[in-house]
Amino acid sequence: MSDSPASIVSIDDPIVRVEHLSLYYGVKQALFDITFDIPRHRVTALIGPSGCGKSTLIRCFNRMNDLIDELRIEGKILLDGRNIYDPTEDVIRLRSKVGMVFQKSNPFPKSIYENVVYGLRIAGEKRKEVLDEVVEQSLARAALWDEVKDRLHESAMGLSGGQMQRLCIARAIAVRPEIILMDEPCSALDPLSTSRIEDLIRELRGDYTIIIVTHNMQQAARVSDYTAFMYLGKLVEFGPTEEIFTLPKKKETEDYITGRFG
Amino acid sequence: MRNPFYTRGEPFIWATGASLALVLAMTFLLIWVVLRNGLGVFWPATLELVELRDGSVLLGERVREDDSRPGRHRIQYKIGNRDLYGLDFRWIDTADIAAVRKPTEAVTVERQEYGNFYGFLRDLRLADIPAPAAELPIWQRLQRALAVVRKRQESIDKLARTIAAINTETEQIDNRIARLRYRGIAETDARLQRLRKQRQEAQSRFEAAVEELNAKSTALAANVAVFADAAGTEKIIPLPEVVRILQPNQMAFADKLRYYGARVWELLTDEPRESNTEGGLFPAIFGTVMLVFLMSILSFPLGVIAGIYLREYAREGLAVRLVRIAVNNLAGIPSIVYGIFGLGFFVYGIGSTIDQLFFPERLPTPTFGTGGILWASLTLGLLTVPVVIVATEEALGAIPSGVREGSLALGATKFQTLYKLLVPMASPGIMTGFILAMARAAGEVAPLMITGVVKLAPALPVDGTFPYLHLDRKFMHLGFHIYDIGFQSPNVEAAMPMVYVTTLLLLAIVVAMCSIAIVLRNHMKRKYALGSV
Repeated sequence: MSDSPASIVSIDDPIVRVEHLSLYYGVKQALFDITFDIPRHRVTALIGPSGCGKSTLIRCFNRMNDLIDELRIEGKILLDGRNIYDPTEDVIRLRSKVGMVFQKSNPFPKSIYENVVYGLRIAGEKRKEVLDEVVEQSLARAALWDEVKDRLHESAMGLSGGQMQRLCIARAIAVRPEIILMDEPCSALDPLSTSRIEDLIRELRGDYTIIIVTHNMQQAARVSDYTAFMYLGKLVEFGPTEEIFTLPKKKETEDYITGRFG
Repeated sequence: MRNPFYTRGEPFIWATGASLALVLAMTFLLIWVVLRNGLGVFWPATLELVELRDGSVLLGERVREDDSRPGRHRIQYKIGNRDLYGLDFRWIDTADIAAVRKPTEAVTVERQEYGNFYGFLRDLRLADIPAPAAELPIWQRLQRALAVVRKRQESIDKLARTIAAINTETEQIDNRIARLRYRGIAETDARLQRLRKQRQEAQSRFEAAVEELNAKSTALAANVAVFADAAGTEKIIPLPEVVRILQPNQMAFADKLRYYGARVWELLTDEPRESNTEGGLFPAIFGTVMLVFLMSILSFPLGVIAGIYLREYAREGLAVRLVRIAVNNLAGIPSIVYGIFGLGFFVYGIGSTIDQLFFPERLPTPTFGTGGILWASLTLGLLTVPVVIVATEEALGAIPSGVREGSLALGATKFQTLYKLLVPMASPGIMTGFILAMARAAGEVAPLMITGVVKLAPALPVDGTFPYLHLDRKFMHLGFHIYDIGFQSPNVEAAMPMVYVTTLLLLAIVVAMCSIAIVLRNHMKRKYALGSV
């Protein structure tokens, strides 16, 4: 197996370029020399078996891995041409440009309203009319407005699992990021909620670049424009989703997609 | 049957239930003993006139009874009249009793000194008080005379307060003089002269006031009532000595209730009398509450901040683990050790340094270099800070990491995450730590005994003289009060009811303070409850 450039499609106007990214937890290497481009305003899915490094990789895009001690990163991730691992990079600004939705929905124990405006409040926004507007827009974007508009000031902990996850998406888009990272956003949800989130991802595609990690290959096929298949910390294949699922170039990809392992 | 019975778990369930029942039983027993003995103390007791077979009589309150040996029943009477008999209590064998009567005219006199007097009112000899109409019954004449005496006593008390104020003034002038002298000001300096003159003037006012006080007191004390004890011995009691006088055998229930309320009110608001075995507990209540309050202000912020550092900022490793073990072990150090540390470090170390730097002119009289409420509360703070640290750490640790990540992913800094989310979410757990710490601090006595508690404090740590908050002052404390009157009093038997009352009061204060904290915690819990995360 190799990640020769042949398996990497070239993308016009990529929003993120990953260049020779390697990552170590202490002495253990978790990501091996990953290079690929992420297209702007498209949905890119990261798939692969458990432990292949897809969650580690997605957490590199907003430097969530910074929280881990003894983590070392080589290579670059360029966001609009700027290396986000440059020592001068402002992590706080980066995270307001790269939002994230987690596997387990994690609303804060505050009201629905306060959850949505959290990112704006910590950025210093105080004008009520701005906050009100953002709440309505973000909740509408996350297809939650109609369900919660009468109880914005009630606790977010009273929502259902699917609603919580949509609230987390609304919270992420409230700060108007360029990229939204989604780390298995549907893995804890029932099929109905999952399909609502998938619809939402397809709708958001025009305005945001979405990177989604998923275990579910059907989901990757349904929602993504591009797919990256990872295996044992390496990027095996990356290309338009249709090609990956119909004409995989690598044997590992084909084996995984056809269910021979995984 | 293949499984032995104990693998099915029933014995274990019984054991858990039995343990809980045992603990509850002990707790209720303690509370029951305190309530039973504490609540009844102020209820006016019936006076019994006991005639013995040998012809002698005694008058007193029945305290308790038991069988000293099988078949030999005895009763303990509180006979009072310490100045006449020397003893307040007497055990009487039931077999020796010829007759017991409850004379309606028997009186209980609560006195400023020598405890209760039990006997009969015989005469009223008034000196400078207008005598009430002679046709009135003697009991009513006494009541009227007492009312007048009390009114006059108030003006004497006012005079006493004036004298205390002059004393404080003199003390302050002395301090100023000492300070000027210490700075090497010439004896002929105008300021020194002026202060001396002020002091002389205060001194003469002081002497005049004392003279007036003495004259008034003596005059008032010439108004007396004559009583006789059960055996007929006469006893003259000056009316200002009388705190309360009652005829318990003819009091109606409502009267008794009113009397009870008055005694409870006295307990809560008045100063102690008779080496703390009578009167009120206000200074001790005030000292206890203020001590816990100061301790909370000093120790809780420190503990919370230290806990936050340990959990959120410190890099997990050997050093942090050692610190954590050390903190946990701090909670297990005997409190007297903290007291000794407080004495050595706070009182002799920091206190003496403060004296040398800020009050050198008063040395060798210490100001902060001696026990005081500040040092006692710092010592208690030290004692309780581990509890707060551990509670804070655990409360923060119980917050799912998703909340932290969610906040950071939205562009929040670690500090914003802490104060916007983590600390509010941890607050119920932190409050639990506060409650435990407060309960422990309120009940501690040993460390206080060497860092500033006294059996009788001349002044409260807060009063009307500048600077109003006197953290250097010694103070009274309910816990120490229990020890002092229960085990250090010259008349332990007479002090016993007060021990129960004080215990009851201390328990009530701890429960009240903890209840406030619990209400607050429940409010926070509702506010920051995590449903399903």
